[in-house]
Amino acid sequence: MIPELGHFALILALLVATAQTVVPLWGAHRGNAAWMAVAGPSAVAHLLLVTVSFAALTWAYVVSDFTVVNVVANSHSAKPMLYKITGVWGNHEGSMLLWILILAVFGGAVALFGGNLPPSLKARVIAIQGLIGIGFISFTIFTSNPFERVFPPPLDGQDLNPLLQDPGLAFHPPMLYLGYVGFSVAFAFAIAALLEGKVDAAWARWVRPWTLAAWVFLTGGIALGSWWAYYELGWGGWWFWDPVENVSFMPWLLGTALLHSAIVVEKRDALKVWTILLAILTFSLSLLGTFIVRSGLLTSVHAFASDPERGLYILMMLIFVIGGSLTLFAIRAPTLKPGGLFAPISREGGLVMNNLLLATATATILIGTLYPLILDSLGGGLVTVGPPFFNLTFVPLMLPLVFVMGFGPMMAWKRTDMAGVLGRLKVAAAVALVVGLATLYLQNGGPLLAALALGLAAWLFVAAFTDLAAKTKLFRAPLADSWSRARGLPRSQYGTALAHGGLAIAIAGMVGSTAWKVESISVMQPGETKDVAGYSFTFEGVERLQGPNYLSETASFTVRDGDGAFVAVMTPEKRLYPVANMPTTEAAIHTRWLADLYAVIGDKEERGEGWTVRIYYEPLVPFLWLGSLVMMLGGIVSLSDRRLRVGAPRQAKTRVPAGPAVQPAE
Amino acid sequence: MRYLLYFLPLVIFCGAGVAFWWALDSGRDPSRLPSALIDRPAPEFALPPIEGVDTPGLASGDLATGEVTLVNVFASWCVPCRAEHPILVRLNKQEGIRLVGINYQDKPEDAARFLEELTNPYSRIGADPQGRVGLDWGLTGVPETFVVDGTGRIRYRHVGPIHSSEVESLILPAVEEARK
Repeated sequence: MIPELGHFALILALLVATAQTVVPLWGAHRGNAAWMAVAGPSAVAHLLLVTVSFAALTWAYVVSDFTVVNVVANSHSAKPMLYKITGVWGNHEGSMLLWILILAVFGGAVALFGGNLPPSLKARVIAIQGLIGIGFISFTIFTSNPFERVFPPPLDGQDLNPLLQDPGLAFHPPMLYLGYVGFSVAFAFAIAALLEGKVDAAWARWVRPWTLAAWVFLTGGIALGSWWAYYELGWGGWWFWDPVENVSFMPWLLGTALLHSAIVVEKRDALKVWTILLAILTFSLSLLGTFIVRSGLLTSVHAFASDPERGLYILMMLIFVIGGSLTLFAIRAPTLKPGGLFAPISREGGLVMNNLLLATATATILIGTLYPLILDSLGGGLVTVGPPFFNLTFVPLMLPLVFVMGFGPMMAWKRTDMAGVLGRLKVAAAVALVVGLATLYLQNGGPLLAALALGLAAWLFVAAFTDLAAKTKLFRAPLADSWSRARGLPRSQYGTALAHGGLAIAIAGMVGSTAWKVESISVMQPGETKDVAGYSFTFEGVERLQGPNYLSETASFTVRDGDGAFVAVMTPEKRLYPVANMPTTEAAIHTRWLADLYAVIGDKEERGEGWTVRIYYEPLVPFLWLGSLVMMLGGIVSLSDRRLRVGAPRQAKTRVPAGPAVQPAE
Repeated sequence: MRYLLYFLPLVIFCGAGVAFWWALDSGRDPSRLPSALIDRPAPEFALPPIEGVDTPGLASGDLATGEVTLVNVFASWCVPCRAEHPILVRLNKQEGIRLVGINYQDKPEDAARFLEELTNPYSRIGADPQGRVGLDWGLTGVPETFVVDGTGRIRYRHVGPIHSSEVESLILPAVEEARK
C-alpha cells in the first residue's frame, strides 16, 4: 500500500509542478498578480508531495519490503540499518528521487524565504524550478520508477554494492546533489532575469546566497567522494580524473567563478551578461554530469547501470533545458545594458582574471572528458585521456590563479594602487620564498613544481590573513581597537579569508601526497618487519572474522616509529560480501596529522603463509580534508553575513532610477 | 557581428548535443578497448602445465602452427568464465577451432577441479599463477580471448566472456579473417 502512496504522490507532484510552471509564467507575462501568486503555494505543495513519495520509498527500505523491485535489487535483510537507509539513494531510481526531493526543497525554500523578491521575479524563478521538476519527475515516473512491484516476492534481497556500504559514501550523494541542484536556483534566477530583461545589483544580491550554499554543499560532496576513494578503493590516491569525478568538479569550478562574478554585478553593476552565462553553464554542467553518469556514455568506476532509453530521455531534457536557455540567452542577453567601467588593475580586474582562469580550467577538463567521445564520433578511433593530460593542463592554470588570489581581496574597486597592495604583502612573499626554498632544500632534487606549489600555498595562506590583519589594524593599533574593528568587520570578509586559507591548506595536502608519497609493495611473512619512511611495520598475521553481512580476513600490523616507540596497531581487511559475491578491500589508515600511514592487504601466497602487503606513507594528506572543511566553513560564515539576508542596498535604487521593481527589503 | 558572439555558447552546445546523440544511437561501447597488440606477434612467453592436469604447457612457439588458435585466459575463481565455458567447448568441438588456455592467477587444485567439473576443451594450458604473462598480453580482466593466426600474430581481442550471440557476429568472422 505504502509504495503505491509514494507512486501516486509522485504523479501528483508532476501535476502540481506543471501548474507551478505554467500559471506563474503566464501571470508574470501578463502582469496578473493572482496568477503569479500561485507560484509560492504550489512550490510548497510540490515539496510536500515529493517528501511523501521519498518517505514511502525509505519506509520500503527500512522494513525490507521485498515486494518492491528496487528494494530487492539494492537491499538485504541482514544489512545494517544505516545502509538500508542509504541504500535508498545508492541506486539509479532512488537517487533520482533524491534529486527530485532536493530540487523541491530548493523550490520550496525560494517560496518560503523569498519574501523580499519582486513578485514577477519570484514567480518566474519558482516557475523555472517547477519546469526542471517536470523534467526530472517525468523521467523518473516513465523510465525509472522506484515503486515497481515484483510478484512473487523473493525471500531476500540482492544486497547493495558493497563498495557503497560505507559511512563516507552514505552522505556523499546527498551532499553532491545539494550542490548540483543548488545551482538550479542560480539558473532559475538567470532565466528569470533574461525574461524580465533586467539584471541589477539587487538581482546579484539575491543570487549570491543560493550560489554560496550550493558551493558549500558541492565542496563537501566532492571532498567526501575523494575521501571515500582514498580509503575505500585502496589505491592510496584521492583523485583519479575519472569522468564522474570530473563532471562533479566542473560545476564546482564554474560555480566558484559565478560566486565571484556575482560580486562584481552586485558592487559595480558590471559583468552582467557574463554572470548570466555562468549561471546557465554551471547548472548545465550539473545536468551534463547527471546525463553522463546515467547514460553509460563514458566508462567510469562508478557509473550506474546504463540504459539507452534513459540516456535518450535525459539527452532530450538536456537539449530542451540547455539549448533552450542558451537560445534565450542569445536573444535576450544583447539587450542587457552594460554597467560600470573599471581599470584593468582593480578588484574587478582581479575577479575577471579569476573568472578567465576558472572558465579556462573548466573548458580544459570538459574537453579532456569528452575528447574520447568526440574523437570517436568523428571516426578517429578509441582513445582514453588520462591523468597526465589533466595534470599538464590544469596545474599550470591553477598556479597563476593562486598567485592572484593572494592579493585579489586587497585590491580596491575601480582602480588600485598596486604598489601599496604589494607593500602590504611583503610578509606573505617572504614566507612563500622561505617555504619554497626550504622545500627545495629538504626534498633534495625532488620536483621543482612541488616547491613552487607549496611556496604559493604559503603565499595564499599568509596573504589571506594579512588582509584581515590589515583591515583590523592588528599590531598597528591598540589591541582593544583592533578587537572592536574585528567585530565590526562584515562576516563575508572572514568568509573570504577562511575559504582562501582553506584552499591554501588543501593545496599543501595535494602537493605533499602527490610529490612525496612513499609506496612499498611486498610479500610479508607473519612476524616480518618492514621499514617504510621511518616507520617499522610488523606483520602479526591474518585472522578470519565474521561481519554482519560479510566475511573478513583481517590482518594486523604493529607500527613503531624510528625510536622503536609504539605508534599504532593497523588492521587492514579484505571482505567478501557473499550475497553480492563481491570482495572489497578496507584500507587501514592511521593519521599522524602531518601524514597518513596507509596499509592494504592483497592475496595470500599460493604456498606458504605470506601475504601481499601494500604500505603507503602519504605526507600532508590530512591537510586536504582539513582544507576542504575550512573552505566550507568560509562559505558558511560568509552565508551568515547580515548583508546577504537583507535585500538590495538603497544606493542601487538611486543609482538605477529606472528600476521600479526593486523593492527595499525589511 | 557582436550579436553572433551571443550565439556562440548555443552553437558549441549543439555540436556537443550531436556528438551525444550519435554516441547513444550508435550503440558504442566505451569499455571496448582495441588492443595495442592487434596484428603484432604474440608476446614471448613459456608457461608450465598446471600441476596435476595432464594437458601440456603453453609457450609462444605453440601458437605459430599454421592453424588459427583461440587463446582463452581463464581462472576458476572467475564466474563469467564458467558462463563462457560451454561456448568455448562448442567452438572447439563443433567449429573445430584449436583452443589453448592461459590459467590466470589460479591455484592448481582449483583449476584442476574447474576443468574436471566442466570438461577440458583446451589442447594446451599454460599456468600463470603470478599473472606475469597476463601483463604482457595487456589483460584488463578475466576472461579474455585472443584470436591468433597461423603465423602467431594476434588478430582479434575479445574482452569479457563470449556471449552466445557474439559467436556468430564477432568470433567466427574474426577466425575467418585470420584464416585468410
